[in-house]
Amino acid sequence: MSLMKISNLYKSFGGLSAVLDFNFHMEQDELVGLIGPNGAGKTTVFNLITGVYKPDQGSIIFKGRDLVGLAPYTICAQGVARTFQNIRLFNDLTVLDNVKIAVHKDVPYGLMSAILRTPHFFKGEDQIEQQAMKYLEIFKLDKKKDELAKNLPYGEQRRLEIVRALATSPQLLILDEPAAGMNPQETQELMELIRLIRDKFNLTILLIEHDMSLVMGVCERLYVLDYGQIIAEGTPQEIRSNKRVIEAYLGEEVE
Amino acid sequence: MLELTQQIVNGLSLGAIYALIALGYTMVYGIIKLINFAHGDIMMVGAFVGYFSLTLFGTNIIIAMLAAMLTCAVFGVLIEKIAYRPLRNSTRIAALITAIGVSLFLEYVTIFLIGPSQKVFPDSAFPVKAYDIAGLSILNKDLFVFISAVVLMLILQYIIKWTKTGKAMRAVSLDQEAAVLMGISVDKTISITFAIGSALAAAAGVMVGVYYNTVNPLMGIIPGLKAFVAAVLGGIGIIPGAMVGGFVMGLLETMVSGYGNSLYRDAVAFGVLILILLIKPSGIFGKDTGEKV
Amino acid sequence: MQKNNKWIKFATEVIILTVLFSLVQYLITAGLLNQYYQINLTSMCINIILAVSLSLINGFTGQLSLGHAGFMAVGAYMSVIVTNMWDYPFIAGLLAACAAAGLAGFIIGVPTLRLKGDYLAIATLAFGEIIRVTLQNIDYVNGPAGILGITKLTTWPWLFGATVLTILVVVNLINSSYGRAIISIREDEIASELMGINTTKYKVLAFVIGAMFAGLAGAMYAHYFYIIKPETFNFLKSFDILVMVVLGGLGSTTGAIIAAIFITALTAALQAFPAIRMILYALILIVVMIYRPQGLMGNKELSLKTFGRIWSGRK
Repeated sequence: MSLMKISNLYKSFGGLSAVLDFNFHMEQDELVGLIGPNGAGKTTVFNLITGVYKPDQGSIIFKGRDLVGLAPYTICAQGVARTFQNIRLFNDLTVLDNVKIAVHKDVPYGLMSAILRTPHFFKGEDQIEQQAMKYLEIFKLDKKKDELAKNLPYGEQRRLEIVRALATSPQLLILDEPAAGMNPQETQELMELIRLIRDKFNLTILLIEHDMSLVMGVCERLYVLDYGQIIAEGTPQEIRSNKRVIEAYLGEEVE
Repeated sequence: MLELTQQIVNGLSLGAIYALIALGYTMVYGIIKLINFAHGDIMMVGAFVGYFSLTLFGTNIIIAMLAAMLTCAVFGVLIEKIAYRPLRNSTRIAALITAIGVSLFLEYVTIFLIGPSQKVFPDSAFPVKAYDIAGLSILNKDLFVFISAVVLMLILQYIIKWTKTGKAMRAVSLDQEAAVLMGISVDKTISITFAIGSALAAAAGVMVGVYYNTVNPLMGIIPGLKAFVAAVLGGIGIIPGAMVGGFVMGLLETMVSGYGNSLYRDAVAFGVLILILLIKPSGIFGKDTGEKV
Repeated sequence: MQKNNKWIKFATEVIILTVLFSLVQYLITAGLLNQYYQINLTSMCINIILAVSLSLINGFTGQLSLGHAGFMAVGAYMSVIVTNMWDYPFIAGLLAACAAAGLAGFIIGVPTLRLKGDYLAIATLAFGEIIRVTLQNIDYVNGPAGILGITKLTTWPWLFGATVLTILVVVNLINSSYGRAIISIREDEIASELMGINTTKYKVLAFVIGAMFAGLAGAMYAHYFYIIKPETFNFLKSFDILVMVVLGGLGSTTGAIIAAIFITALTAALQAFPAIRMILYALILIVVMIYRPQGLMGNKELSLKTFGRIWSGRK
């Protein structure tokens, strides 16, 4: 059974179709890329999967359960986590708190415990801290744990967003243009990071990207979206030589 | 049936007043996304300017209204320059809190200067006459309020639709950055919006004076809130919406006091507000827009 | 080591609070604190409860509420019904006040907290006014005339207990995982929701807790000042509380406390000049928003550690 299977997904905004009969599937442990020209509807697809928007029609079956109509936080609890195209960290909070918030959904103590400061609370807080630190150490952000998120350099902010998403212990990680605004050196590091994440956390990863070199280098399978529709699907090699894709990207470089 | 028609006639002039105030709310919200909490208090200032013009200078009601409009236009521009402009890039909440501050400031400076008690609007300026038309009793002050409000709204429509200023206002409210690129001065356009909105509120203030016969420093609060409800009802930022919303609120209020319990008169406005906000926050004429992620 | 620190901090806090309580209690019993100071002390404590509870909603959750006085009214009326009209003891009145205000917070919060920013502000203002107008129309509580001759039950131990309880609950809540979830809503609601936080639930939770303590403040007020009427709890009262929270800093409990003390003192000093007092409030709102939108304290807290640092800095 596929980890996620999307069938006949439709979404329009004020009469304008953003996603049109979108069909898509992902297997366990796959690393899939979703590419397409600007305005093709890629982020809309992400927003539909994560529950930010409700589709007009269609189903999103994840681990045998339909995600359509669920609140975003429930979808997160089901094991879907994401990052954002334009970074959305909790800016005025510390790096550590950013990650701690992501582990909140499994908070080990109750509200009354927190208010009464029971021993259970202190034990639970230690647990949360250890867990958050574990993630920060893997991504070498542990030394910056007390800095405010907004004060991190751009590359580290991107990394922190991925850490925060991972801290919700997802099975499917969705990355929305993780290389946006990065130089080739940083993009290279990011590619390695994405591979590391998948191996270390046993994750399935879906990523939107503009940077062709990143997608081609790291993804096993690609979907190409244009005007809200899938126009091609296949391995990076197949996509590279696909005529419709080249047409859609006409004027943009496909290497 | 006759009674209902009578209630509608009574409601129209009150509705016209609300519509005039609502226009200012909606224009300002349309252009800088600020709920100008002090707008009702501008109306109050206008009412007092009108009052003093009538009592101290013995002018007629038209001159009094024009004086009020002119003074409040200046006030509106000053308030925007001093209090709101520095906050143009901060959060909407910060701007709203400032607006609440400006509102309190206007109210209590007025109390400080002329005392908290209410003043009787001079009757001599407007001797009340009742006309009997087809069994309906129509007061000349109702006619005055209704006609002058409609005239002002027509002038506003003309300005917005046909003048360069109006076009600039519409452009800035649609897309501020694009408007700048088209060579429109955003600051100037916002100032003009405040001037026009405040002038309309001032006219409404003088009308409230005529309508209720009294003015006091806190008179702006409740009509201000009701006009705000009217603006939201019609779809905030949408000019025809504010007019329709104003009339609906006026009619609703006279109906409630006429047929129901007048103690609940003020609660009805808030009830309406909550209902719209919960059912269709974009108002009758508004389009729903989602947040961009 | 860390555990030790925790206990030292706890012990210090207990000692400071005990000293503060006993000192004031001594001054009152010894007759050294005259009526004027006692009234202001009471107002101060009530204002602290109101400001701290509103800062949970406005400051930490980032949901601007302009209807706090409405919840205070619910608490005030409920407690008076329970103590004066049904003859139950004060504690029952206080619990009923919290429960009723919390329930009102829940009923109002669930539908309105879907609204964002300025719309929410106006909706809460409208609800606060609806509470007031409704009270004006209930004959059982004398309508606009209000209830007179309420037994004076608010004493210093009750007042002190209520104030400390409010601060303790809010501070402990904020410094827990639940508190972080609440703060994340202020920081970025959408990101918070997508990180698995049930934002609606936590917004309502903060709103209900805030409302409960506003109710407690209302009960304390009613049983000290003999008289309550709907007009006392109009939206100008909500603005009063807002001024304290804004001045103290949106997101700082200590800021809210300091501002509440300052505003109470200012009110007392300007008792003879109510218009000037309100003009000052207005200027505080405007000037703070323009020049220091984060308030006196921003989202920082003043703690024993801060004093410790200043102390060692001096040496």
